Amino acid sequence: MVISTKDLTFTFGNQTVVKSLSLQVPEGSIYGFLGPNGAGKTTTIKLLLNLLKTQEGSIHIFDQELQSNRISILSQIGSLIEQPAIYLHLSGRENLLNRALLLQIPESRVEEMLKLVHLTDAAYKKAGQYSLGMKQRLGIALALLSDPKLLILDEPTNGLDPNGIIEVRELLIRLVTEHKKTVFISSHLLAEIERMATHVGIINHGELLFQGSIKDLEALSQPLVQIETDRTVDAANFLNKNNITVADVNDHHLYVPYTSKENMGEINTLLNQNGYTIYSINKQQKDLEKLFLAITQNA
Amino acid sequence: MKGFILSFRSEFYKTRKTMGFWSAVLLPLLLCLLLFIGFFVKSEHLVNTPPMMLWLQFAGAILGIMGLLLLPMLIIFIAYSVNNIEHKNDTWKTLFSLPISKMSVYAAKYFYAFFLVFFCLALFVLFTLGFGNLLSVLKPGLKFNEYNIASLLTQLYFKFFLASLGILSIQFLLSLLFRDFLKPMGIGFVCTITGSILASNNWDYAYLFPYSHPMMAMRALQQAKHGSAGATVPQITVEMFTKDTWVSLAIAIIVFVAGYFIVLKRSVK
Repeated sequence: MVISTKDLTFTFGNQTVVKSLSLQVPEGSIYGFLGPNGAGKTTTIKLLLNLLKTQEGSIHIFDQELQSNRISILSQIGSLIEQPAIYLHLSGRENLLNRALLLQIPESRVEEMLKLVHLTDAAYKKAGQYSLGMKQRLGIALALLSDPKLLILDEPTNGLDPNGIIEVRELLIRLVTEHKKTVFISSHLLAEIERMATHVGIINHGELLFQGSIKDLEALSQPLVQIETDRTVDAANFLNKNNITVADVNDHHLYVPYTSKENMGEINTLLNQNGYTIYSINKQQKDLEKLFLAITQNA
Repeated sequence: MKGFILSFRSEFYKTRKTMGFWSAVLLPLLLCLLLFIGFFVKSEHLVNTPPMMLWLQFAGAILGIMGLLLLPMLIIFIAYSVNNIEHKNDTWKTLFSLPISKMSVYAAKYFYAFFLVFFCLALFVLFTLGFGNLLSVLKPGLKFNEYNIASLLTQLYFKFFLASLGILSIQFLLSLLFRDFLKPMGIGFVCTITGSILASNNWDYAYLFPYSHPMMAMRALQQAKHGSAGATVPQITVEMFTKDTWVSLAIAIIVFVAGYFIVLKRSVK
């Protein structure tokens, strides 16, 4: 495990922000840390970076205890917390050079990073004049500068346009698959995470509600057969009469719980033979977004 | 130690384009230049002034307000600007998640503020001497070149530097803790006024109050002026380590240590 916490609890005053959190982030994963705003994501990340002192429970990163191995652990982590921390009076390049100076990284790496996040053209421009997306990309470049084994990113796609979001996603996937990195990424948008995450942790009110691989999460939701016919309501009634439960009907589609491919074929034949024209029939995963909402709202 | 040096260099790299840094250069340059122009224009009136008095007038013009206003204000401003760069850009969190010990990061900032004040005072010495000698070259009537004030001036300014340590450490801590300018500025201003009043009234315990120290350091100069009134060759000695200097040093050390524990305890926003 790259990150492993045990019963991590943190209170601000008398408000418990993180409640006995036990995270398990395996090596080589993209771990999506999900939760609505104010769920305790940023606090957890600050705990992982030792910006907040652990009050209860323990944190192990790279199988080392965080408090007593702070420097050796931090030297292998790149992080981006909330808005990127950038010196606005310095240019993008100077921001990277300053960090390179602190971490004793050769200057050539700075140019490499600028290229990676497409800021070469704006390298000499003051960061204060950057757009939100450019700042975010510079923040990612700063996090990647030291070529860390673990990347901890707090809502890194905040403020990026769809193009930028796709770029970041592809970059992170590349880092994990080609360079064997581990990425811990927080977000309040499941849709953004589900396309890249291999593992997911869902947190709300400081409590971990779900943790597992993305397949585990998908398994939680019952897949459905979505059918589009010329007469949706009639078809639904007809299926009901034939002892096939209809899960849902709306103006355009009707839904039947998925059991197997063969079963899907049988339904298709049945409807066809009884004069219903089928425009489309396919298997559908229940929307993860809905599942996410269900998980976070039940708590 | 390596972390400290790296952080210190980074402090310089970050601030080298800010007003905080340049004010430490421009302030002595502009003040000395103004004085230079004043003396240059009025040189006829000063032709008969003996070299030493000439120097004392020249250097004294700045030294006179140094303890009263200039030094405390400079300290408040530098302490603020060194910390504000992180407040403003929201960079404390990155600074403290670097693989560098918190002590190194904190100490580098602290000593960088000290360095800036030292640097600024050193430039005051340098520019005063430079412009003075330039005057004697441009206006041979002014006999700046016949007296060497370098050693005395260096001692006086070093005394000022020692006197600033206590205030600087307090202002540094205030600026570290408070995000806005008004709190450290307001507290610093009120304390400076109080300090000046205490010191100029010769209150017995003024030496215990760090904001009185620059004012007390100025006494060395007043001593000098008294001394020169009667005798033809006045003797000026700067007593470097007086009671108040030790208090200033002690406060600097105590506040430094206390500040470190506050940094350790405090959660980074």
